[in-house]
Amino acid sequence: MKSIILMTAARLLLVLMLVFSIFMLLRGHNEPGGGFIGGLIGATAFIVQAVAAGAAEARRVLRVSPEALAMVGLGIALASGLFAGVVFDPPFTGQWHWVGGDSYETAAFSLNTVLVFDVGVYLVVLGSVLSLALSLEEEV
Amino acid sequence: MIWALSLPIFIPFVTGIAAFLMRSSDAGKWVSVGGAVASLAASIFLMAMVLAEGHVTGQLGTWVAPFGITLVADLLAAVMVLITAITGLAVAIYALGEVSERLERLGYHALYHFLLAGVCGAFLTGDLFNLYVWFEVMLIASFGLLVLGGSREQIDGGIKYVALNLVSTIMFLAGIGLIYGMTGTLNMADLSGAIAEVENQGLVTVVAMMFMVAFGVKAAMFPLFFWLPASYHTPLFSVSAVFAGLLTKVGVYALMRMFTLIFTGDVGFTHEVLLWASALTMLTGVLGAAAQTDFRKILSFHIISQIGYMTLGLAIFTPLGIMGGVFYLVHHIIVKANLFLIAGLGGRLAGGTDLNRIGGLYKSSPMLGALFIIPAFSLAGFPPLSGFWAKYLIVKASLEIEAWFIAFIALLVGLLTVFSMTKIWAEAFWKPHPDKVEPHFGRVTKPVLWASLTPIIGLAVLTIIIGLGPQPFVEFAERAAEQLLDPSAYVEAVLGASEDATGDAAEEAQ
Repeated sequence: MKSIILMTAARLLLVLMLVFSIFMLLRGHNEPGGGFIGGLIGATAFIVQAVAAGAAEARRVLRVSPEALAMVGLGIALASGLFAGVVFDPPFTGQWHWVGGDSYETAAFSLNTVLVFDVGVYLVVLGSVLSLALSLEEEV
Repeated sequence: MIWALSLPIFIPFVTGIAAFLMRSSDAGKWVSVGGAVASLAASIFLMAMVLAEGHVTGQLGTWVAPFGITLVADLLAAVMVLITAITGLAVAIYALGEVSERLERLGYHALYHFLLAGVCGAFLTGDLFNLYVWFEVMLIASFGLLVLGGSREQIDGGIKYVALNLVSTIMFLAGIGLIYGMTGTLNMADLSGAIAEVENQGLVTVVAMMFMVAFGVKAAMFPLFFWLPASYHTPLFSVSAVFAGLLTKVGVYALMRMFTLIFTGDVGFTHEVLLWASALTMLTGVLGAAAQTDFRKILSFHIISQIGYMTLGLAIFTPLGIMGGVFYLVHHIIVKANLFLIAGLGGRLAGGTDLNRIGGLYKSSPMLGALFIIPAFSLAGFPPLSGFWAKYLIVKASLEIEAWFIAFIALLVGLLTVFSMTKIWAEAFWKPHPDKVEPHFGRVTKPVLWASLTPIIGLAVLTIIIGLGPQPFVEFAERAAEQLLDPSAYVEAVLGASEDATGDAAEEAQ
């Protein structure tokens, strides 16, 4: 059953939810949120698309295969952990670079491997949840 | 130090990701083999370090023990990682000849390497919750491998596998929760001391039994083994070989770790339960095998009976017993994985693994017959193969504590194992093929044949080496058993090392 109302709404919702999921990802750095919950919200955005217009349409909108997305995410998470080896720290030691200062209080913002790890988690969750949900949607 | 410890976990992960991204080309399978070689190198390096230092410990992310995730390798952990890498490489080569292009596209190699990462992680972790996480990684990857291809039979086996493993996982998690509530720590070395200070020792014993059930399911002990023969005969031979060799052994390893390091407060009760459970595991496994007529199902039931020997070694809880358990663990992984690989090649040549429908393997391919004899007789405990020494140690240990009946069962099970092995021999190798097929090596292409034979020969050679020159291996097992029975060095290696780290951090802060 295709509903024109849902299909129209889904298109708008997709954008909104993706923006919100990225917001959650970044917010999780210091407040509740993070890669896992962000990934779930992002996956929901595509699932709404799949419910409204079918799994094939959701895959078309996603462009890449969800499995590859999850694997790339895992790679990113792993790379962020292994990056510590470059400066001879134990693996998964967070590496921080403060911009415009030299500590949490004074710096304008920071570049760090912790956020990169979270981005990896985001992609893993997004990819694996979508991979399950879309193949279930195709079965039904 | 920490890098040497974490590489055997990271390499399979990286390999898995790379193999997945290249899954649609031929490069994927070579990445898989290359990664397995790299893992082997890393685990040999780790083994060398452990041999030199006794314990190697490290903290992920520089968070000190007992708060951060500890990785720790003693002799037992190091040898398990090494043997995982050896089996991993053997099966990765075997898979070159077996895994179809369709399954490769579905990500077989990635799942395979994630499984190996999970296994190595479980061996190396020094943190109880982290151990749970590695069990989950293993479960997810193994479920994927089990149902890959999605035939009806596979899904059926997969459901049973996952349902029972989930029960075990929940039990495990509940036990972790209780133990954390009682002691406030999950670091194994820290727990070793903290558990003795708990007032309510009765509750500790209850938790110990929960862990025994949880790991008992994973290790396929009596009476919780039925998921194993229900699922292990369905997937690819490569998959069932690595399952048979490694997965149940992780359960045995966890039992060994927990019941030497942490739950030693009420040995009279917990290890007595383990003793009888082991005896029944040996017996039911071997009797179950006697009733089967499928090559792989017979072997699956034999995994169960052999698991009994290993846990028996632990249950006896003397230096000799633990030593026998460790030796058995190592010997059995090689032998059992090899038997499944042989079953795979034999099945492909003769057109199936149902013993009533195949035959003539010895006449047409005598080499395979000779290669089958080595692990089969080793499994049954014929001198001078590795299994003889393993059984000898266990039986001697049970005689030493005057457990006559247990020793009798152990010997009886050995005899019944011979019965099953000769049944396979008579049906699959000796009798003529019922459909007049000649199962000679020419029935598969050259590359496939060599991809299958190389790991089989390699593992058989290892079995013979252990059998003919057992002295260094026995000495190694003895040292490993000493370490297990005296956890103080383990505790010091983990917690003492972290005090140094704290000191360093404090100095840096100044």
